[in-house]
Amino acid sequence: MSSPVPRNKVAQWIEYRLPVFSWVSHNLTDFPEPKNLNYWWNFGSLAGIMLVWQIVTGIVLAMHYTPHVDMAFNSVERIMRDVEWGWLIRYSHMNGASMFFAVVYIHIFRGLYYGSYKSPREILWWLGIVLLLLIMGAAFTGYVLPWGQMSFWAATVITNLFSAVPWIGGGVVEWLWGGFGVDNPLLNRFYALHYLLPFVIVGVVVLHIWALHHRRSNNPLGIDIKSEKDTIPFHPYYTVRDMFGMGAMLFVLFIFIFFIPNMLGETINYVPANPMQTPSHIVPEWYFLPYYAILRAIPDKLGGVIAMLVSILVLFILPWLDTSKVRSARFRPIYKQLFWVFLADCIVLGWVGAQPAEGVNIVISRICTAYYFAHFLIIMPILGKLERPRPLPESIHEAVLKKRGPAQAAAAMEKH
Amino acid sequence: MAETSHQHGAPGASPHGETRRDFLVLTAGAMGAIATIAVVWPLLETMNPAADTLALSSTEVDLTAIEIGQSITVVWRNKPVFIRRRTQEEIDAARAVSLDDLGDKQTDEERAQKPEWLVLVGVCTHLGCIPLGTKKGDPRGDFGGWFCPCHGSHYDTSGRIRKGPAPRNLEVPAYQFVSDTLVKIG
Amino acid sequence: MRRLIAAASAALVLGLTGLSPAALAATEGAALPHTDFPHVGVFGKYDKPALKRGLQVYREVCSACHGLKHIAFRNLTALGLSDDEIKAIAETYQIQDGPNDEGEMFERAGRPSDYFPNPFANEKAARASNNGAYPPDLSLITKGRDGHEGYVYAILTGYEEPPADFALGEGMNYNKYFPGHQIAMAPPLNDGQVTYEDGTEAKVATMAHDVVTFLAWAAEPELEERKAVGLKVLIFIGLLTAVLYAINVRIWSRVT
Repeated sequence: MSSPVPRNKVAQWIEYRLPVFSWVSHNLTDFPEPKNLNYWWNFGSLAGIMLVWQIVTGIVLAMHYTPHVDMAFNSVERIMRDVEWGWLIRYSHMNGASMFFAVVYIHIFRGLYYGSYKSPREILWWLGIVLLLLIMGAAFTGYVLPWGQMSFWAATVITNLFSAVPWIGGGVVEWLWGGFGVDNPLLNRFYALHYLLPFVIVGVVVLHIWALHHRRSNNPLGIDIKSEKDTIPFHPYYTVRDMFGMGAMLFVLFIFIFFIPNMLGETINYVPANPMQTPSHIVPEWYFLPYYAILRAIPDKLGGVIAMLVSILVLFILPWLDTSKVRSARFRPIYKQLFWVFLADCIVLGWVGAQPAEGVNIVISRICTAYYFAHFLIIMPILGKLERPRPLPESIHEAVLKKRGPAQAAAAMEKH
Repeated sequence: MAETSHQHGAPGASPHGETRRDFLVLTAGAMGAIATIAVVWPLLETMNPAADTLALSSTEVDLTAIEIGQSITVVWRNKPVFIRRRTQEEIDAARAVSLDDLGDKQTDEERAQKPEWLVLVGVCTHLGCIPLGTKKGDPRGDFGGWFCPCHGSHYDTSGRIRKGPAPRNLEVPAYQFVSDTLVKIG
Repeated sequence: MRRLIAAASAALVLGLTGLSPAALAATEGAALPHTDFPHVGVFGKYDKPALKRGLQVYREVCSACHGLKHIAFRNLTALGLSDDEIKAIAETYQIQDGPNDEGEMFERAGRPSDYFPNPFANEKAARASNNGAYPPDLSLITKGRDGHEGYVYAILTGYEEPPADFALGEGMNYNKYFPGHQIAMAPPLNDGQVTYEDGTEAKVATMAHDVVTFLAWAAEPELEERKAVGLKVLIFIGLLTAVLYAINVRIWSRVT
């Protein structure tokens, strides 16, 4: 490939003082990636694109938004009606949040399927969980800002979770509110945090990529890179694929923005916040529904809050809960099945989270919650010991040759 | 810049040594450029004055209460507008000035639709301060009009710059008399 | 790739049907009688004559109790009204302004830049004159209610005699579609209540359709532009993605 040191004189002058060209070459263009990555590996960079998307549209919205309980709702409506392209920017940000979560969740489940959390990528995985928590914080603080009915009651319900803390709970909640209820002080601090968190996320993303580049990408086979033959430079192969992925993702996102912009939102959030009246259905946005289901499945207040927290925190110890020597589910016949069961369990949790908490729904949510934790705490440790993995290929290169070989031969035949 | 335009090999060369930029890549590049513009443009346009701001860009002022020799300040597009009902002496003084004595040559007839009423944007053309001379007791400068305290610009009874660093006369906004006592600014 | 598409569409279907609480709520009450407004759907546009008639119904009927605070008279350009017509409409309203030089608030004729005034000074005043009920502002009524346009239409046309065993509160009215069936608002529309300028017969169903169309516009004035821009954007990004896919396939064909 091309030399990392440029021959252009201006570029050389810069390179001597700040080695940007060799940095880009080392970390981006010529960075060796496994040559067998599939489309599920697109979602990391797609998440990065969505982060930029949210920051750019968010900064523009911040230029027009007013964080005051009397004006917040109206300022959002003014953005929708009077600001040039305001509706486009606002709907982009609103639906962008959903797209961000969709992409991040696919990215996480890809990691679960191919064992990307396993040694030596534990810290990479941890940083990813930190990112998930930060993104959830950004999404929640952002959801409160339009100060509609669901914004207000989401803020009320979620801040009240802290009242479950023994002894000091009541004090903590008043401290969070800055008053005796959800009001202007909370709106102001949420706005400040909502503007701060994305930049914290950017910082952690840098660490996430650093760790990734240090120990290299995992791949669908889950085996290590053994020689240069196993790799391919990032550019043009994965740059072009990522651009294609971006186009496909934006196509879906634009369908939502332009044609069904409010489908994922709550109707009642177009009613201004009313502290004296709770809407009849309190539901979080879709990306929080599984956790919400877990919260409601536990009949004890403190227990519910702890279960909800642990449902994410358990991911931190997943690298040690999974006792299997093999990374990729491709070579783990039983885990491969149980992965899909687990995914289905999460989807059912999401569904039941949107239903009223009564009757059979409570039973479903309890079964699914129990299974969720059993998957990590019981199945993963035992399965790793019992399961007999299928034999691993010698190297990525050989596996690719084997797979591509017959297809390419057939293609060559057709040409003649 | 000569160095940057200097060509080294072919930038589009692929590992297989093809030097021609092929149709697909060109198309994608062109479409990508259009897409970038299409994204950036609305983002920048959001910062234009919004529709509700533009809708407020004219103000109507009732002149009934203003006596001869009195001035008022009204707000138009976030700026002060001076309306002075001039005395006959002030009108005469403004009209007697020869154009040769003016830096920014404008006759008083060009600046006042009705001799009695002078309507001015009250922003000094130097660096944007608000000149004194509207309230009773304000210094009115050497020419009986307005005086800008920031850097010492003197305006005459037609709001024209006569002395000091300001480059132009006080701006006359677009205005029209809806009736004898009602003026619409903007 | 095919698995990816399958997974994405499965997720989409789940999102559309299962997870939407709006769908949930809509199934609770009686089926809504009229939901196919011409502006609904991918290419749907507002029914212009209905918009104008709906404005008339709002002004002559609804505005007695309900505000429309997010709509300024200048916005009526979108209904096809001329500047002079808008000015004339604005002038029929008294807008509070001030304080004047004496420090008093005063009333003056409306201007195009003014917003539709609220019929009541504040929520307490509104409740005091409406038997304790608060007539909501209508600017976002179709966007802020489950069932949207169809629900608002159903409320306007859903008044009935209560069933014999139904305990109706004093001053309340029975409405088939209202949650709990007791609504403080008396039936607002009667046949022939307005005299349409375009000669359309003013039946309850027509007036309800027209005013709901108008209110849908008030809630989403950007709807037509949004869909028109969206179509162009989708075609463009679709083509660009196809080109990128072709490049992607070609570049990857080099990998062995």
